Amino acid sequence: MATAFDTASTPAVTTGAPRSARRNRGGDGERGAGVLNFFSHGFLLLWGAMVVLPLLWAVASSFKTDAQISRDPLGLPTGLHWENFSNAWTTGRIGDLFFNTVIVVTGGVVLTMLLGSMVAYVLARYPFPGNRAIYFLFVAGLTLPIFLALVPLYQVVANLGATIPFLGLNSYAMLILVYVAYSLPFTVFFMHSFFRTLPTAIAEAAVVDGASHTTLFFRVMLPMAKPGLISIGIFNVIGQWNQWLLPTLLMQPQSGADEKNAMLTQGLIELSVNQGYQGDYGALFAGMTIAMLPILAVYVIFQRQVQAGLTGATLK
Amino acid sequence: MRHGKYPFIAGFLVLPLALYVIFLISPYVQTIMNSFTNWGGFSNQAEFVGLENYKQLLQDDTFLKAVLHNAFFLLALPVITILLALFFAFLLNVGGRGGRAGVRGVFGSSIYKVVFFFPQVLSVAIIAVLWQELYRTDASGLINRIGIAIGFIDENKPWQFTNDPTPFLGVPSVLWWLLLVVVWASVGFYMVLFSAAMQSIPRDIYEAAMLDGATRIHTFFRVTLPLLRDSVSVAWVYIGFLALDMYVWVFVLTPQQGGPNHSSEVFGTVMLREAFNYGQFGYACAMGVAMAAFALVLGALQLSVGRRERIEY
Repeated sequence: MATAFDTASTPAVTTGAPRSARRNRGGDGERGAGVLNFFSHGFLLLWGAMVVLPLLWAVASSFKTDAQISRDPLGLPTGLHWENFSNAWTTGRIGDLFFNTVIVVTGGVVLTMLLGSMVAYVLARYPFPGNRAIYFLFVAGLTLPIFLALVPLYQVVANLGATIPFLGLNSYAMLILVYVAYSLPFTVFFMHSFFRTLPTAIAEAAVVDGASHTTLFFRVMLPMAKPGLISIGIFNVIGQWNQWLLPTLLMQPQSGADEKNAMLTQGLIELSVNQGYQGDYGALFAGMTIAMLPILAVYVIFQRQVQAGLTGATLK
Repeated sequence: MRHGKYPFIAGFLVLPLALYVIFLISPYVQTIMNSFTNWGGFSNQAEFVGLENYKQLLQDDTFLKAVLHNAFFLLALPVITILLALFFAFLLNVGGRGGRAGVRGVFGSSIYKVVFFFPQVLSVAIIAVLWQELYRTDASGLINRIGIAIGFIDENKPWQFTNDPTPFLGVPSVLWWLLLVVVWASVGFYMVLFSAAMQSIPRDIYEAAMLDGATRIHTFFRVTLPLLRDSVSVAWVYIGFLALDMYVWVFVLTPQQGGPNHSSEVFGTVMLREAFNYGQFGYACAMGVAMAAFALVLGALQLSVGRRERIEY
């Protein structure tokens, strides 16, 4: 793998050097550019290999038999053992967990975006008594570690389930609402600063044309906030898809008869903990591959937006 | 615009605010209140015990160990991650075609960025499980097998990774191995972050520097780095929060979730064990408060140290 990278990069280095010499007008410092380039590619390729090789190894291992994984971890798979995937999908329940996660993350992100931008819009655009207090209440949630909430959160959800059964422990609706609550601080914070930068002239024109507050928000302001919504949306999808602590706390079956509504992340960690007893390494790697490839594929297609979204959201 | 303003505001705020207060604010407040009680289980019988839990914390060896371990991550993780990320961002941006002002990027820099960023989009659960396999302590683990093939690991004594409590530079080896995983998982994101910040620096600053005779390396250290101050400061806070957490890594990668022999305990493992294995809810809540106080002090420190006049361009 590393050698393939090396040969691919060599022409770039050699063609780069004469071009830089031709355009050189900076003086002595530029003579080192070729060396620097070579040096750069060396280190960058090394780290690139450190990132990619373990991932490729996991994918390759998902096609091996258990015996081969233990005996010959460095070798390529001798055949394509698809049964690892069917084992992971059915016995390891990766399939069910995958769809559970899709349900919760879809609900969670849609509701987070809707409620988050509603709050942010009202706080950013309408002065009223208590506005600052509510804003700071949301921002306070950004600075406190989630561990501060965990123990009572379990009790809150358990008590809620005693009165409203479909919002109790191990329910999708509850987990969606919890995800929304824990995603709100950052979403509100981010969208608040975004709505403040939008021009007021268009909003005023819409009001003159007779738009109500609600129409103004849904038909004018929300479409104008689209770039911000995309950034924070990507941020929330990745954050909620990868969440593990909250579902581990809240999505355990309460009795043997309860359905297992666990998330994908929980299932994977369960597989890895149990493999010590069952030794089904093939299924573990297949489960990892199933969990890994879709999100990597989506990322590679939308890489520019994802990178800009995540880094932009962080720097706000 | 006047008519119906307050009903509209209330209508937009009531549902999100209710969710937020029920699931986030009320647990936070309850944790603080519970930390002064001896609430010990599901019976809801709790008596006020004042600062008793906090006094007990100061004598709890496991908890103090966990604090030390988090402090280790708090020192090591941001420094190593930020230095590596800056180094790679430098390599990515300082090279490239010469003779032009500004930060350009080496050949293929966008491919490097895509690849380096992979761990950021993967779930911590996937990364933790992957590293569990890389760190397998028999000769079937990827790292052990490569080491044996190259010859720097003895086949009869494969490396023990997160099973190894023996100290290295005064810190249990298991913590260094955990550190490596988190650095691996974080560097790419911060490299892309710094890289984006570098590229947003306007060209004319570089042109001015080049007219004054500055070389590429000079401009990096005298112009680019100082202008990254804000990004580095933000990165520090974020990585600090990672270092205070660490729970999932310890949970998946270490024996007995904090072992061997408590040599990799962190805040999270000790607290959740007290609460959900021993039923000591009041005591666990005191740990949560201690951790939050730690985080707040840290954030405030960072803000007051990092605050400086912002350069707008």
